[in-house]
Amino acid sequence: MAAAQLLPILLGIAWLIPLVSFVAILFFGPRMGAHGKGAATVATTAIGASLLLSLIALVSWTLAGHPVRSEHHDDNHASIQSHDAGQSPGIWPASHRSPAHSDAVGDSAGHASGHASGHGEVSAPISYSGDWYTLYASGALRLSIGWYIDSITVLMFVVVTFIATCIHVYAAGYMHDELHDVTDSEVQLETGESLHREGRFHRFFQALSLFCFSMLGIVIAGNLAMVFIFWELVGICSWFLIGFYFERHSASTAANKAFIVNRVGDFGMLIGLMALWGGLGTLHFGDSVSSATGQVEQGLFELVRPAENHHEQQVPDGLVAFAAADQIEKMAASNPSRSELRRKVAASVPGWREQGYGKWLLFVAGIGIFCGCVGKSAQVPLFVWLPDAMEGPTPVSALVHSATMVAAGVYLVGRFFPVLTPDVLLVIAYTGGLTLFIAATIAVTATDIKRVLAYSTVSQLGYMMLALGVGGWVAGLFHLITHAFFKSLLFLCSGSVIHACHTNDMRKMGGLLKVMPYTAWTMLIGCLAIIGAGVPFVLGLSGYYSKDAILAQALLFSRTNPQHSILYVAVAGGAFITAFYMFRLWFMTFAGAPRDEHVFKHAHESPRVMTVPLVALAIFAVVAGWALPGGLGVESLIEQSRPAGTAETTTTAGIFGTLTVPAEHESHAGAIHVTATLTAFATALAGVLLAGVMYFKPLISPVAVAHAARPIYTFLVNRWYVDELYHGIFVLPTLGAARFISAIDTQVIDRFINVLAWTAKRVASVDAWFDRVVVDGIVNLAGRATWKAGLELKRMQTGNLRQYVMFIVVGTVAIFVLATLLFRTSVAG
Amino acid sequence: MMLALLGVASVSHYLVVGAIMFCCGVVCMAVKRNALGVLMGIELVLNGANLNFVAFGSNYLAADGRSPLGLDGEVMALFVILLAAAEAAVALAITLNFYNNHATVDVDRADDLHG
Repeated sequence: MAAAQLLPILLGIAWLIPLVSFVAILFFGPRMGAHGKGAATVATTAIGASLLLSLIALVSWTLAGHPVRSEHHDDNHASIQSHDAGQSPGIWPASHRSPAHSDAVGDSAGHASGHASGHGEVSAPISYSGDWYTLYASGALRLSIGWYIDSITVLMFVVVTFIATCIHVYAAGYMHDELHDVTDSEVQLETGESLHREGRFHRFFQALSLFCFSMLGIVIAGNLAMVFIFWELVGICSWFLIGFYFERHSASTAANKAFIVNRVGDFGMLIGLMALWGGLGTLHFGDSVSSATGQVEQGLFELVRPAENHHEQQVPDGLVAFAAADQIEKMAASNPSRSELRRKVAASVPGWREQGYGKWLLFVAGIGIFCGCVGKSAQVPLFVWLPDAMEGPTPVSALVHSATMVAAGVYLVGRFFPVLTPDVLLVIAYTGGLTLFIAATIAVTATDIKRVLAYSTVSQLGYMMLALGVGGWVAGLFHLITHAFFKSLLFLCSGSVIHACHTNDMRKMGGLLKVMPYTAWTMLIGCLAIIGAGVPFVLGLSGYYSKDAILAQALLFSRTNPQHSILYVAVAGGAFITAFYMFRLWFMTFAGAPRDEHVFKHAHESPRVMTVPLVALAIFAVVAGWALPGGLGVESLIEQSRPAGTAETTTTAGIFGTLTVPAEHESHAGAIHVTATLTAFATALAGVLLAGVMYFKPLISPVAVAHAARPIYTFLVNRWYVDELYHGIFVLPTLGAARFISAIDTQVIDRFINVLAWTAKRVASVDAWFDRVVVDGIVNLAGRATWKAGLELKRMQTGNLRQYVMFIVVGTVAIFVLATLLFRTSVAG
Repeated sequence: MMLALLGVASVSHYLVVGAIMFCCGVVCMAVKRNALGVLMGIELVLNGANLNFVAFGSNYLAADGRSPLGLDGEVMALFVILLAAAEAAVALAITLNFYNNHATVDVDRADDLHG
């Protein structure tokens, strides 16, 4: 079967299996084995099956003859050749869209369009898109559940399902406390006792399954509306899981905080969606077939980077016309026919585009979508929720808040990359730079082991955003994938430590290397991976490759745009701080002498069900960046899907001045690459050494440093006072406004209603008196009179027959007499 | 003598006889304590009225220059006799029952339902 038909089926099933697991656990969870123990098996089997299908999809993708780009760094791989011929109704490989492409496809052998020769024929990457199900179709509005599959989709499927499988296995061990009734010592009841509750083992796996389904939904989504649906589903799963121990005040607050902060970002995303929808009338990424008309509709990517324009970015006609509504109104004033008006508008669209109509709309759309990503990927200024999200169980932190969900934001920026203008990219780069710096500095002083990792996650997400922002499309997504492996590894290791020590506080740990070797060594691999350790130019851990790619691209960007060279400083400085705090963490936890005897005595290596996933993830943390012979490797797989038209250096005069987005392959050039690699190596080494002299061989006392730089230290310990700032700016005014409104409610509205009620009561009492005395009186009087009359008349009922006869006689006579007197004439007549 | 008497007899005479019978019947009903006596009084009242029907149906009225009821008067009288017979049957049944319950036919004792 051709990949075009096979992939949507494989990935679609892989996507839906966790949903089946969720539904099954939802209805039958408590009955699955003792205390729902079977729920873990169900969920793990489901995600394992998804992993299997994803791997088959990956194999079939590579076997389908998709182009595999060689990794040599010459200048001639700006174009990607497409071999795929899998065309069938409903499935459109993006490269088969227009006749203009057919020669590029056919001429695949030696075709290499040099960027140097201006705009050669650039072919679009292979992608498959289509719709499974139309949710709603009316006029131009069409919302559907569909797919958009290219190499990063397949890759993300494998990564997400693999990590999720590891974490499911791990969680089955980690969550075993929930298999019986739990006494939560962190929750004090009013009686002063600890909370005693039922275990919630199955509920945990239920939420994990729903989360996997939602995350895979984002990855496979064929249009922005579907992305948004699953975006929110992921948000609610995160809320469930952060608030898993919802009896703890801190956990429920953290869950609400994460949810509300994400809503702020999603509001921006909605604006972006509306801007695109209003102007273009479609939210599909790729071209699709309308189920109503049966015609091919162009998707967003084709609209923004049309093939006839050599995939160069331009403001789409729809957005131009949308922005130039006043001009169109002027045209319509002379009452032309519809077709005539349409023709006139179409004729003047290029002119309007020259004048800059629609430029801002495209900018707003990009920034809006990015806003959603800022929320989900915890970028400045919405990063405050992620560290608090560590209130959830550690497997959740590993899966949701480091490896996958927070990666969704980066993934969406990567997916949406062709539509983002250079101005938006600059905003993204600066946001990422700021985030990586702020988060890294906070991580330096954090003492909670999970919070260090949380800030490190924020910082690494900043790296990815920055990479995407400076044009490093592959670098950013590459780092996304390598980071997913080593960060989930680090979190699971920290979970193992917490499981053993029953505390998150690193100041109580130390010397654990001896008692938990598996955890210690796998965590060391994770630390080395995140700092990008490796032998320069020879071999390295996964982070070495992805971080180098980011550094190189940032260096290239600051070379071509000297006014933005601060970004490179941020990246290099961030690398130094990352190395410092990661090894500070490792030294404080595993090296040296135990700081707390009680904790140390209690510590033990975790069970095998927890260490096996650690080892599996550690292997991938090492090898994920390696390129296999024949160009097989994560980086080259990503490169296959590089959006058309982003392979060349582009210079545009944007809102923030002239900006050159350098081509990514130029960063592979010797001068840049060597400098970047050496910088990365030097900064990482410096960071590790500094951590070593402070925490391994205490030549410099950390306490003395903290004392010497007290203002800075206090500033960092208090996390840049961002939470306090938000508390002052947003929370307090909101609470104040709420109090004011509540005062209006109680003082004005309630009072008014009370007065109204009092008046009504008065009126009613008068009314009641009238009813009681007058109305009832009359009725009673009539009744009483009747009663009395009856009593009187009763006496005549003597029962004496002879008396009755007398009555009759006398009565008859009386009637006769009366009749004679009154009707004399008639009787006489 | 008789014929002479007949010759001078007119409707008024019959009406007088009827009225006397009627009054006798009423008085009998009013004064008798024996239920059978009361029933007899009723018979007298009915037959007093009956006499009037027959009288108005006779030809005497024609002699007075008025149109008589003709056979209608006799028919009405027959109806009344029929009615009286039915009434007597019902009344005698009531009386018998009364006697069964009270061991007397004194109508003054029949005051169980007095007010």
